[in-house]
Amino acid sequence: MIQVFKKELNSFLNSLIAYVVIGVFLTSIGLMMWVFNDTSVLEYGFADMDTLFSLGPYVFIFLVPAITMKSFAEEKKMGTMELLLTKPLSDWSIVLGKFLATFALVLFALIPSLIYYYSIYKLGSPAGNIDSAGVAGSYVGLMFLSLVFCAIGLFSSSLTTNQIVSFIMAAFLSFIFYTGFDSLSVLAGNAALLIKQLGILYHYESLSRGVIDSRSVIYFVSVAGLILFGTKTVISSRQW
Amino acid sequence: MSLQVAHLTKYYGQQKAVNDISFEINKGEIVGFLGPNGAGKSTTMKIATGYLPPNSGTVFVDGLDVLHHSLKVRKVTGYLPEHNPLYLDMYVHEYLHFVGKVYGISSSRLKSRSSEIIELCGLTREQNKKIEALSKGYRQRVGIAQALIHDPAVLILDEPTSGLDPNQILEIRKLIKDISANKTVIFSTHILQEVQALCDRVIVINMGEIVADDTVDHLMRSQTKSLAIIVEFSGDVNEDVLNQIPGMKKLERITSSSFRLEGHQGIDLRAEVFRCAADHSLSLRGLRQEESSLEEIFRELTVNQTQA
Repeated sequence: MIQVFKKELNSFLNSLIAYVVIGVFLTSIGLMMWVFNDTSVLEYGFADMDTLFSLGPYVFIFLVPAITMKSFAEEKKMGTMELLLTKPLSDWSIVLGKFLATFALVLFALIPSLIYYYSIYKLGSPAGNIDSAGVAGSYVGLMFLSLVFCAIGLFSSSLTTNQIVSFIMAAFLSFIFYTGFDSLSVLAGNAALLIKQLGILYHYESLSRGVIDSRSVIYFVSVAGLILFGTKTVISSRQW
Repeated sequence: MSLQVAHLTKYYGQQKAVNDISFEINKGEIVGFLGPNGAGKSTTMKIATGYLPPNSGTVFVDGLDVLHHSLKVRKVTGYLPEHNPLYLDMYVHEYLHFVGKVYGISSSRLKSRSSEIIELCGLTREQNKKIEALSKGYRQRVGIAQALIHDPAVLILDEPTSGLDPNQILEIRKLIKDISANKTVIFSTHILQEVQALCDRVIVINMGEIVADDTVDHLMRSQTKSLAIIVEFSGDVNEDVLNQIPGMKKLERITSSSFRLEGHQGIDLRAEVFRCAADHSLSLRGLRQEESSLEEIFRELTVNQTQA
């Protein structure tokens, strides 16, 4: 697993992918947090990081599929999948290696945004007047959310040899998981809460209040795990 | 280590790709796997490496079933897939390092091993290049290098020389020959000279069935039906003159002054042709026995099967 992880991470870092992803994420979030009047913290007047945590997931809906779209699709198209699958690597170690490499790249993009936290912390009046627990919870939420997005991205990539199909499928599925269930719950009447709880948004909001609820953690981990299991099944399906 | 294929059958949907084939390759043998396109060569190899499952039958590598001991078998097998897929954005030594690590070679050993392999495969000058910058012949060497890095006991090469120029083909052949001592090697090809140049044994497969499994010499001897000779004269010659040669079965004119003569079984026409030329005072420029080439045998074996 560690070998696949290293290889994938190296291929991100040796190509433009990593730098474009990190650059685009930080630029877009930075512009929205500090420059654009509508969403700027400076205009808003309250020392919080809602801009990052409410818009970040939408940026991820596009960025994470962009990272993952090639992971299996390209390998299958180039034939290198055959190479990988005839090496002494289990199917799980290939899937997890790729998954963790993608997740690591997303974390690399998130880490510099801690500077925003520091800036707002200092700008607060008095300095330090920010809901640090809420920010920490939101960061944990964002990490869990990207865990699910990465899994969705890999799953979509494993289904096709076409990167564009993989990208669109992953972006769509991520969107459905993020807000789809929430929107659907409005129509559901009695089962509204249940359907709401199936979506990411419900658990994401719960984490961003600064309370790390074990139910939410279990939700994120099991959804990601289930989708990864699906990915592994698709990879193993050559043996059927 | 030996490679044993036992009653292997594989369908792609309705199409039968491999039909109940069995053969065995012993340690130290190089075996050529020969067949027209779509005969089932690659399918057999993909099953032997554990990439595809057979519908029935199995492959044993050193007594281990590839289905149930897949990881163990993969560890001792080197495989060069058809079309030689590579990670184009990796550097040569980076790629070999990755593959070596996947096979569990320790970092310290891998260092000496990969420079050894790089030298063996003639990649010294190219080792610091990206794979995408390499020409086809060098890419092929990288493909062979990655199959060899862990010193596998069984080597499976799917068309190792396809698409290379004649010099490169010779070099790759030499490479395979050099490394093959103490290994079990099977490689597929549709170049027949290659089999002649490299192999102890040849397995011919057609339409998913084995049509011949024999040593190259023996196969050529047993399949040769009639002896033919090529005669070349210095000027135009009337066919009627040649038709009088006793023991001749068939006469074909190649150019105005050269002919292909086929004799009856067991008759060497060369002496007769010489006498005939002397009698009619024709000057002979060339007289040689046509070797029944592997190509013909190949055609014989595979075309007949198709019609049957």
